[in-house]
Amino acid sequence: MTRFALSSSPDTASGRRRRATIRATDLALLAGVAALVACAGPQSALDPAGRGAERIAELFWWMTAGTVVVWAAVMALAFYVSTRRREPGPRAPGVLIVGGGVVLPVLVLTALLIWGLALLPSLLAGVDAEPTLFVTGRQFWWEVVYRTSDGRVVPLANELRLPVGRPAVLQLDSHDVIHSLWIPALAGKVDMIPGRVTRLTLEPSRTGVFRGLCAEYCGLSHAHMAFVVAVTEEHEFAEWLAHQAEPASAPASPLAARGQELLLAHGCGACHTIRGTLADGDVGPDLTHVGGRLSIAAGTLSSDPRAFQRWIEAPEQVKPGVHMPAFAMLPQADREALAAYLEGLK
Amino acid sequence: MSEPSPEQVGAEQAARLLKAWETPTGWRYWSAVNNSAVGVWYTASSFFFFLFAGVLALMMRTQLAVPDNDLLSADLYNQAFTVHGSVMMFLFAIPIFEAIAVLLLPQMLGARDLPFPRLSAFGFWCFMLGGIFLCGSIFFDAAPRGGWFMYPPLTSKYQPGIGADMWLLGFSFIEVAAIAAAVELIVGTLKCRPPGMRINLVPLYAWYTLVAAAMVLFAFPPLIAGSMLLEVERAFGWPFFDPAGGGDPLLWQHLFWLFGHPEVYIIFLPSVALVAMMVPTFARRPVVGYDWIVLSAIGTGFLSFGLWVHHMYTTGLPGVSLGLFSAASTAVAIPTGVQLFCFLATILMGRVTRSTPMLFMFGSLAIFVLGGLTGVMVAMAPFDFQAHDSFFVVAHFHYTLFGGAVFPIIAGFYYYYPLVGNKMLSERLGRLAFWLMFIGFNVAFLPMHLTGLRGMPRRVFTYPAAAGLGGLNLVSTIGAFILAAGVAVIVWDLVRPRSREPLAPRNPWDAGTLEWVQEMPGKPWGIRSIPQIDSRYPLWDQPDFLRNIDEGRFYLPDAEEGLRETLVTSVVDARPLFCQRLPGPSFVTPLAALTTGGFFILGTFKLWSLALASLVAALLVFVFWLWTGTARVPEKQEKDVGCGLTLPLYASGSSSIGWWGVFITMLADFTAYVCLVFGYFFFWTVHADFPPAPVQGPGVLWPGLAALLLVGAWSATWLARRWNRRDRGRACHLGLLGGAGLAALGGAALVAGPLATGLDPTSHAYPAIVWLLVIWTAAHVGIGAIMHLYCSARRLAGHMTPRHDADLGNVVLYWHFTVLTALLTVAVIAGFPLLA
Repeated sequence: MTRFALSSSPDTASGRRRRATIRATDLALLAGVAALVACAGPQSALDPAGRGAERIAELFWWMTAGTVVVWAAVMALAFYVSTRRREPGPRAPGVLIVGGGVVLPVLVLTALLIWGLALLPSLLAGVDAEPTLFVTGRQFWWEVVYRTSDGRVVPLANELRLPVGRPAVLQLDSHDVIHSLWIPALAGKVDMIPGRVTRLTLEPSRTGVFRGLCAEYCGLSHAHMAFVVAVTEEHEFAEWLAHQAEPASAPASPLAARGQELLLAHGCGACHTIRGTLADGDVGPDLTHVGGRLSIAAGTLSSDPRAFQRWIEAPEQVKPGVHMPAFAMLPQADREALAAYLEGLK
Repeated sequence: MSEPSPEQVGAEQAARLLKAWETPTGWRYWSAVNNSAVGVWYTASSFFFFLFAGVLALMMRTQLAVPDNDLLSADLYNQAFTVHGSVMMFLFAIPIFEAIAVLLLPQMLGARDLPFPRLSAFGFWCFMLGGIFLCGSIFFDAAPRGGWFMYPPLTSKYQPGIGADMWLLGFSFIEVAAIAAAVELIVGTLKCRPPGMRINLVPLYAWYTLVAAAMVLFAFPPLIAGSMLLEVERAFGWPFFDPAGGGDPLLWQHLFWLFGHPEVYIIFLPSVALVAMMVPTFARRPVVGYDWIVLSAIGTGFLSFGLWVHHMYTTGLPGVSLGLFSAASTAVAIPTGVQLFCFLATILMGRVTRSTPMLFMFGSLAIFVLGGLTGVMVAMAPFDFQAHDSFFVVAHFHYTLFGGAVFPIIAGFYYYYPLVGNKMLSERLGRLAFWLMFIGFNVAFLPMHLTGLRGMPRRVFTYPAAAGLGGLNLVSTIGAFILAAGVAVIVWDLVRPRSREPLAPRNPWDAGTLEWVQEMPGKPWGIRSIPQIDSRYPLWDQPDFLRNIDEGRFYLPDAEEGLRETLVTSVVDARPLFCQRLPGPSFVTPLAALTTGGFFILGTFKLWSLALASLVAALLVFVFWLWTGTARVPEKQEKDVGCGLTLPLYASGSSSIGWWGVFITMLADFTAYVCLVFGYFFFWTVHADFPPAPVQGPGVLWPGLAALLLVGAWSATWLARRWNRRDRGRACHLGLLGGAGLAALGGAALVAGPLATGLDPTSHAYPAIVWLLVIWTAAHVGIGAIMHLYCSARRLAGHMTPRHDADLGNVVLYWHFTVLTALLTVAVIAGFPLLA
């Protein structure tokens, strides 16, 4: 069993970057290069792949530059006032207090506020638009429903796919406690609050696979509530969605067929839905195309047969506090059959 | 003829004074109430809680050192961060401000003690009891695990067990103690200043304390009200936050952050206050921009109540709210900046001397300024959409809290230690500790900014290797241990044996402010005689100042009657008004804390009948405390307090400190009530149909009748005081007993409203909030009736006379607030449905 992996990212570069910025602010170029490396990652807000995240990252870099300048200026001032040799003039304290404490901050903060708030309309755009994607937070997974342009409803779970370059309006709510949907590479986060409905617009600007996660502490396995976001070309997306709307494929091998029998016999269908079979529960994630997903257990495990086995055997070990019971009492062969069936649900 | 020599007179006076102020010894030591004892206990125990929460932080950092770590279970990790955050906030940051203020404020004001010594002792015992209870819970796997801001519904329906109850009841109990201390500090600053210390001569520390304590008064009640709602939801199923029952989880967030944001400044301002005392000393000159600093501190206090929504930027608020709160949140940077620049200007105009406290202050500046600047970044709503609930925010607030509170407090330890321990702390160890802490802190927290933006949410017990966060986290963990080593050095410096070291010289830093008058070793009387002040830095500016104090040439140099006394002066110009007798050691304070604590602790275990019994016991202890310890009729009308001044020994009404105490307490109480009313209207805004059909309100009849009866009770109270002053004893008793009767009937009529109309509080948030308003009001009315009976008994026993009517004055004040509460309740529950 392997923990779910998207891509390896250069870890050590972060340390390099920090040393660079501290030691030599004048070597900004070097720092900039190091920063670019350090900021990459499947869930990095500083490696943006969406319009919202791009705008925010730009704001961040300007504010960071300002922060470094102001901090250095205050430190230099503190150093000067405590080591000065020349007697200061009588007006020096007034200039310092009014200039440094009032005039400068008012000017800088006003400018910053105008710029920062000017971003808001674009970040909140789409709040009034018709949502096409409905995500409900649950302890500790994501219920995802697509509504296609021809009005069909496609229930999925724990994975988002988006076409590049087209805004998608998400409607968010929660089934139990407060969650928060955050895809750092695409946009800021928005909370999912029981009894309320919130909106989020995602506008991916490049293709790729990213990680999304729950940002609001939601209980025991908050750390294991994640999901994969795959941004693809429009036509790939359309194909994918059309396939997702189909019922589950029939078991392809005798082992998988036995897995399907076991699944129905052990009552998995009381909680899970596999469209096209008798399983129609709505407590756990929809499994119709679970084998085709890039991860299982809400971004926690990869979707290979061994991961499926591990999950069936001891979900509590992978994800403390999970509501799914363990099926460790089943013989090994049965668990293998179940895993083969599920993994085959492409 | 043998006139005793002046030296002989002085020695006899000093002996009498010492006897009156003697700290009890042996096991009775724990009955002490003097600020010099209670302040030390308070400071030491809050620092102990800091260490405890710090150990939890190290456990968490160890768990996060590598990805997919399984050193701590998810459950233990969740308890650890909940307890770490809650303890740092409620058992360290706030209490240590009040502890240091209890310890130092009287010294700075040349007062013998704070105006209500037993109240500070009570506050300490509540704090200690609640603190041990809460910290201990983690050893029994029973600690709260909802995060320090306890968002429902996670903490209502989804976390059974006593953890959340412990948080809600335990911290409410400690918050009550914090409010008690705030009342004490406010009255102390306003009324117990030395003669001549006009409002513009008050030490900056006292100004900051005043602002921070006033903020406690208005910031804690929203949390107490919110905790009450959440606990009632947990215990009795009244659906305040459950959307299925018409509640809304966002109400909790509003109430919590209405407390939570000012809270940050309640922590920050008193620490700046320490800086404001130390900087002039080390710059060898008076502070520059005194007026600017005072105004900025007040401005910060006001602004901090308008920022709470910046903790809720991601809850889907409309753009207009985001814009307004972004603007307000950045604006608070300005008064903060003004204060920093005033200190820099002071250093510029003076000649700075090197010292450990100064080192910690420069470290504090470097750290705090960065925290403030990242604060401006997260105040920008767009950036906060990314940074919120990520490690960026964790880094940001640790920068503000370490820079804005921990470093100044440790500077304060090094600076003020001689006043407590009579010896100096080690400069060498201090420098070592500084560098370990400064380097460790930055290594731990600087990378976290990046960790957060690379997608690490806060409150995760682990993270996958694929997320690429391992390296940054390992660096942070190493930094945390270096930081901890620095703290360990400080602990060693504080506790190491130093019996061979010489006493510190008197006023070792050559400071100019009044607290450094203290002799080495210090005496329990605080100050030999209470001086006349005409400068902000009397030790620098007033000639022969120390000698005049030591020779008892100022006020109250003696304790002829063997009683503890201090001067009470007027608020603005510190004119001496009267001589206040202060209570001495007593076990009534720990007993009161124990019985009050019993209510909250037993309530945690849902033993409601035992809890109520404990509450009744607490009530009896309080009555005993008040009866034996307050508003005593003095043996003579006035006394000579020295310097040719004769002052009265008794005051009632608004000139007495008791009246101020009641007034300030009731402001806090009324704020909590207003939060409940806010809850009512919040529900109205989220429901199109409110009261929700087919539920009817409590009608107009019963609430209307209650309003009439309670106005009657209030008038009777007022008349009773009038008749008492005219020495019409029978009429006074009639007024009091009639008032009690009307109050009882009024309270019953109030409860009869929702009862008669069959409002079921478990069915919906509407009946629940109506019932809560009614119960809150009725409880206040009930306490008011007990006060009537108390005054009647006092008069019968001769403790209250036409002239000595402080008790009755305070009860009338209480009833002003209560009748206002009652009328508002009736207007809301009976009047509003008619309009809506």
